[in-house]
Amino acid sequence: MTVLRVADLRVTFRDATVPAVRGMDLAVDRGEVHAVVGESGCGKTTTALALLGLLPPGTEVAGSVRLHGKELVGRSDAELARVRGRDIAMVFADPSSALTPVRTVGDQIAETIRIHQGASRAAARARAVRLLDLVGIPDPARRARAYPHELSGGMRQRVMIAMAVANDPAVIVADEPTAALDGTVRAQVLQVLRAAGEATGAAIVLITHDLGVAAEIADRVTVMYAGRPVESGPVEEVYARPRMPYTIGLLQAVPRLDGRPPFGPAVPGPRRPVLVPIDGVPPQRPGPGCSFSPRCPISGPRCAEEEPGPRPVPGADGHTVACLQDVADPAAVYPPPDPGPEPAVDRVERPVVLEVSGLVRHHVRRGAGPLRRRRDTVRAVDGVDFTVRRGETLALVGESGCGKTTTLLEILRLRAPQAGRITVLGHDTAALDRATRRALRRDVQAVFQDPLASLDPLMRVAEIVAEPLLAHGHRRRDVGGPVRELLAMVGLPAELAWRHPGALSGGQRQRVAIARALALRPRLLLLDEPVSALDVSVQAGICNLLTRLQDRLGLTCLLVTHDLAVARHVADRIAVMYLGRIVELGDVRGVCRDPAHPYTRALLSAVPVPDPARARRRPRAVLPGDPPDPAAPPPGCRFRPRCPRYRTLEAGRARRCEEEEPRSTEVAPGRYAACHYPETTSP
Amino acid sequence: MTVPGASDPSGAPPEAMPVRGPALTRRLLAQPRAVLGLALLTGLFLLAFAGPHLARWDWQQTDFTALREPPSAEHWFGTTASGRDVFALTVRGLQKSLLIGLSVAVLSTGLAALVGMVAGYAGGWADRVLMGVTDLLLVLPAFLVLAVLGPTLGSAWPLLVPALAAFMWMVTARMVRQATISLKEREFVLAARCMGVSPARVLVRHLLPNLGSLLIIDGTLHVGAAVIAESGLSYFGFGVRPPDSSLGTVIAEGAAAATTFPWLFGFAAALLVLLVLAVNLVGDGLRDALDPTGGGGVR
Repeated sequence: MTVLRVADLRVTFRDATVPAVRGMDLAVDRGEVHAVVGESGCGKTTTALALLGLLPPGTEVAGSVRLHGKELVGRSDAELARVRGRDIAMVFADPSSALTPVRTVGDQIAETIRIHQGASRAAARARAVRLLDLVGIPDPARRARAYPHELSGGMRQRVMIAMAVANDPAVIVADEPTAALDGTVRAQVLQVLRAAGEATGAAIVLITHDLGVAAEIADRVTVMYAGRPVESGPVEEVYARPRMPYTIGLLQAVPRLDGRPPFGPAVPGPRRPVLVPIDGVPPQRPGPGCSFSPRCPISGPRCAEEEPGPRPVPGADGHTVACLQDVADPAAVYPPPDPGPEPAVDRVERPVVLEVSGLVRHHVRRGAGPLRRRRDTVRAVDGVDFTVRRGETLALVGESGCGKTTTLLEILRLRAPQAGRITVLGHDTAALDRATRRALRRDVQAVFQDPLASLDPLMRVAEIVAEPLLAHGHRRRDVGGPVRELLAMVGLPAELAWRHPGALSGGQRQRVAIARALALRPRLLLLDEPVSALDVSVQAGICNLLTRLQDRLGLTCLLVTHDLAVARHVADRIAVMYLGRIVELGDVRGVCRDPAHPYTRALLSAVPVPDPARARRRPRAVLPGDPPDPAAPPPGCRFRPRCPRYRTLEAGRARRCEEEEPRSTEVAPGRYAACHYPETTSP
Repeated sequence: MTVPGASDPSGAPPEAMPVRGPALTRRLLAQPRAVLGLALLTGLFLLAFAGPHLARWDWQQTDFTALREPPSAEHWFGTTASGRDVFALTVRGLQKSLLIGLSVAVLSTGLAALVGMVAGYAGGWADRVLMGVTDLLLVLPAFLVLAVLGPTLGSAWPLLVPALAAFMWMVTARMVRQATISLKEREFVLAARCMGVSPARVLVRHLLPNLGSLLIIDGTLHVGAAVIAESGLSYFGFGVRPPDSSLGTVIAEGAAAATTFPWLFGFAAALLVLLVLAVNLVGDGLRDALDPTGGGGVR
């Protein structure tokens, strides 16, 4: 039974010349999870807001949104207010800003119940507690009296879900519900969302940019591009046999843990799997033809003239595609990328570029009072050891707050750490004099997460790229040539040299940041989440650029990322961090295949797999709870409170985990794990 | 690394590094209000320095046949109680006020930028010392100090410029310091520092342009404030002293009889308003021209 039917929805913002949504169709059945996916700027969120009538005043909305056959478009805000929350509810991306900070979460859930059901205060409160229990919040009666800031991000998102299902709505619209959450928490919340939908029979419209998230819980998927649906169908069908080049491109651009391409045979023998990016960006103002044709590798002459409407795919029930070309083999649409050469020299023989041993960084948190008394100490980095050899890339991965970025910044400072040693290119950073430190800065460069923040908005691209050259004594009139070479090296057209960063796309900005970092031919490149602010199609291009540069320039990199799949594609070795310590370290392929530490195993199983069949078949090791406060790590093994293996141990063996802190030991050649009972590596 | 030749046929980007200068002037001139402001300012300077040569009367002369006469063909802006030509006095005053107002604004804003940026960027010990001095000057009654120091400083009016500037930079410096601290946290500053860019260069290349709009707005406000402050000091017999005149003294003397003899101060007041307006227009234009993300930028 179709609960929600959207037909030819068109949304034009005030002062906009082009509509943001240009003919969206969507049909959602009862109890179904329908994912809407696409790059940023495709009109996904605008569609979601239009469903609830939450667009800013002055926005033109045309077409039809029918809930249980009743038309919603054109109703007044007062009428919609009665529908919102009762028949159709929303879960926002950022739970910390979607909850009122001054009222307890129980009150906030009870409020929506009282508004729509007229329940008594006590009944509403009792129901709020039952709802918190439903979304898996432990000790719900006590947590109902907590204020939002007392709960973790994952808990807050559970509260949002509880609030959404409070009135048994027919439809729940979830806009990027897991975007603000860490990997292991994301897996929990997705399961809760799915379970909450099943328990109440609500249809869920899941808005996401992440094809893995869609594959994980969706039944049907609609791919949006430039404000229109370009492909729609059952999720297994669309992922296995996509017909639209855009969908194919998105699927091929997603980094995968197994490193295999989604269609066709695996490319044999490359050192690292290569992704297939989609060139270009979504159009600002779509032309007369197919809006994807400028980026499409198989676009024909008709594509530039005629905008295709959705047509059913023959032989596949419910699968529609808006494309004029007939795609038989998805693997043949995009030209296969060129895999890089294998490294020739064995790792052990190469010189060490960066050596970190026993690195410690504690932050003192002080109270707010006039004395600013010492409250506690956050052990952000608490004894980290690793080495990076020339020509290799080490990825530091972990959830937020594990100390990975702090480690990178400590190295970047080139100063004496609080404890431990950092040795860069043979220099101990504690023993550097001013001149040597300055000289060493040439050799150590960094790329940061958000290129918009790391590029001076008032400087032009050429000035930005030239800055390190000028700072190290090159003369202004000599840098034109090198700047052009650098721009070409990172794949930027020369005419962009005169633009300001504000006039570039996200991917172009990150390329500028990489060009700047490479200007001085550094011997060590530090990458802090270089792709996490980018769309998946652009991310693939930057990942490929990084691997190509590593091969071409023999770069040595330290990559900090929360995304294991990105690490799998860009790095040679991987170090998994948890609460300021490295828990597992080894060759990236091996760690991803046979993790030895239970935390690595859980992280890996939390990575969304953009393959619905495998996503549902694979064994899950969803971690309970949240990462503990780094100010008070538990005694013994820090991972123990969340460890699935600890819970299966008999008392005698478990005591070791409670009392003794595990040291990093070599569990297999070149593989280290800090666990008393590591998984024995299967052959 | 290749050194680019002067005659590269490829056409696309020119060889030398782009400079902020020429593009900035072009963007500034592309804005009607900036052009209007510049035209006004030029007009005021012309009036101030060419005016005395056009007038029939010199500022030192007195016309005993015309006391407190309203504007006429003989005395364009009328005459004072002692028969002095108001036009001559006003343009004479305008000369000084233009110089005092603009140089005090530039000097005090410059000082504020320097102190605020260094304090905010360096932090710690330097910050505490600089902000201590700033707060000390803030609590000193500037006017009293100047009035007391006035006679000992002598009668040369150019001394007014540093004296006024010395008491006008503190509030701005505190604002600049605050803005610097928040800019310092931004990643592009971190990136520059890690590239090995020297602190002085970070201040000039990254912080100063990004503080531009704040400094410009404050600078334009200082122009008007300096002109008014100068007239107040003249009243205490420091700075520009009678019989010499500045816009401030003309306004201060004429204000007493403003309702009965409006010409005594009306023209001078109007010129002051025009001056502040012109500086504001140019300042707004400059701010937009500096900011490529705003409306006036290149795209």
